[in-house]
Amino acid sequence: MQRVTRSAVIDAPIERVWEVLRDFNSHDRWHPAVAESHIENGEAPDQVGCVRNFRLRDGTQIREQLIALSDSDHVSTYCILDATVPLQRYVATLQLKPVTDGNRTFWHWQSTFETPPGREAELADMVGRGVYEAGFEALRRHLRQGGDRRPRPAAAGATRGGEMTGSAVMLKAFGGSDQLSFDNIAVPPPGPREVRIRQVAAGVNYIDVYIARGEYRMVEPPAPLGMEAAGTVLDVGSEVHDVLPGDLVAYACGRPGAFATLRTLPADQVVPVPSGIDAETAAATLFKGLTAEYLLHRTHTLRAGETMLVHAAAGGVGTFLCQWGKHLGARVIGTVGSDEKARIARDNGCDVPIVSADYSFADSVKAATHGRGVDVVFDGLGRLAERETYESLASTGHWISFGHTTGALAPLDPGLQSAKSLRLSRPVLFHYTDDPVRLRVMAANVFAMLQRGVLKVDLRHRFPLSAAAAALDALQSRQTSGSIVLFT
Amino acid sequence: MIKVYTSSVIDAAADAVWAHIRDFNGLPKWHPAIAESRIEGNWPADRVGCIRNFQLRDGGTIREQLLSLSDYDYQCTYSILESPMGVDNYIATLKLTPVTDGNRTFAEWSAEFDPPPGQERKLADSIGQGVFQTGFDSLKSYFGHR
Repeated sequence: MQRVTRSAVIDAPIERVWEVLRDFNSHDRWHPAVAESHIENGEAPDQVGCVRNFRLRDGTQIREQLIALSDSDHVSTYCILDATVPLQRYVATLQLKPVTDGNRTFWHWQSTFETPPGREAELADMVGRGVYEAGFEALRRHLRQGGDRRPRPAAAGATRGGEMTGSAVMLKAFGGSDQLSFDNIAVPPPGPREVRIRQVAAGVNYIDVYIARGEYRMVEPPAPLGMEAAGTVLDVGSEVHDVLPGDLVAYACGRPGAFATLRTLPADQVVPVPSGIDAETAAATLFKGLTAEYLLHRTHTLRAGETMLVHAAAGGVGTFLCQWGKHLGARVIGTVGSDEKARIARDNGCDVPIVSADYSFADSVKAATHGRGVDVVFDGLGRLAERETYESLASTGHWISFGHTTGALAPLDPGLQSAKSLRLSRPVLFHYTDDPVRLRVMAANVFAMLQRGVLKVDLRHRFPLSAAAAALDALQSRQTSGSIVLFT
Repeated sequence: MIKVYTSSVIDAAADAVWAHIRDFNGLPKWHPAIAESRIEGNWPADRVGCIRNFQLRDGGTIREQLLSLSDYDYQCTYSILESPMGVDNYIATLKLTPVTDGNRTFAEWSAEFDPPPGQERKLADSIGQGVFQTGFDSLKSYFGHR
């Protein structure tokens, strides 16, 4: 008697794997060896005793009978009734077990049979490799491509892998929010290394304003707008192995186009969202969180005991810098435009909020640091605050210009720079996130800080996607605090 | 009666993992929660019916009896005779199965027992996570990742 055993671990929850495998008539949809399958006499495929009739790609005909099926033990047992290959007294058992450590599935597939003398090895290899091992690989691919989430083939032709229609916020010409329209767009199926996402929420950031104004030439109108979003994966390309249809993912870089209901984009730009974090939170957090991550850990390595100055300390990035900087043990000084915003900054970890409507804050910073100034400035303001920012820095301080809501910072006079031995950085997020491995590490840091409660996101400002223009106006009004999200 | 089931994948062949864990007196070698262990009455540790008597790092003493041991199935079953947890009719099974795809090991550790009223969740968690998953985590780090 021959006994063939093969087993594998499938990176999907057991319920999802079992839903495919319990269907005794599913193989022609996922197993490459099976060309055609039907259940004889119109019986249901979970009717114990039913007979399936296979035609394999090599022409072999096989009739197999389901002899046991257990949804509680995830077991299916079947035997061959007759076949054009000499597998005699063939009985196979397929069993799934949950891998609780990681929510994966262990799949065990075993059979016993007799063969004509001399053909033992050949037929054992055919069953073990040609059917079982090929089946493991094929099912992985089937799940990856969302094959189990599509309707049965008879009804699927229209949508399977095809183009879909979504809607998106388009920039008609460079300018303000009046240049935005809400239009239908065609969303292509994912290429080999792409994913297609049904988007749930998108985050609004100041970079969207710069792009709309044409200050960052990242698009040429007409073009879709938006840098970050979160949503559920619909389908993935053949070479995508680390995300599956149904996964919640987010992204915050790459080409603009995030203000859309559907999006196809390169898989290495998306990051998985851990369970416990919803799509709006992820969309409101990722871009600003990644910004805070690289500013505090990469452009500057913030150490406990340092004094930092955060401009717009009640804004989206500002509140994250206050929360995270405080957590790292720094003394946090922040500039804000109103008493209300000072309260928000303080609630987010800012030790010394400085209220100034006209960007004069250096005297207050000096007073708060006994005349010394700060070790590092996270400057998203730029030109109108330039002089005061310079005055606020301590000798050998680090000036990090990562935004310019009041206009671009002029080149710093070398004489002024050497007068304090200042270090000046002009970092751009995308240079830190263009390495997919580093992007995932950074995103994991951000989500971990969110889960630990270090980063807290305020979802007070929510707009429907079609009202993106109003959201951009609100961002520029200096009347908002925290994050702004669009929902689909 | 409640059931606790924990499973994991160890990145080593089942033979190697089994050789590391089959010793019924060997928990201190691989489980971080166990401080020391002995077999009562000088019995061999693979004699069915033998009793291991071990100390937890946090101080408690547990006595467990080996009910079955199979080198063929990579499986052992044992019951608790005495423990500070207050469980009754506790029977646990530790079992390994080869994963032919990648030559790894699927490890399962399960238990059935009667908990004191109101302690169901706490005990299910402390056994499933604190004992079983902690043991698997230790095996995963011992055998490393390939």
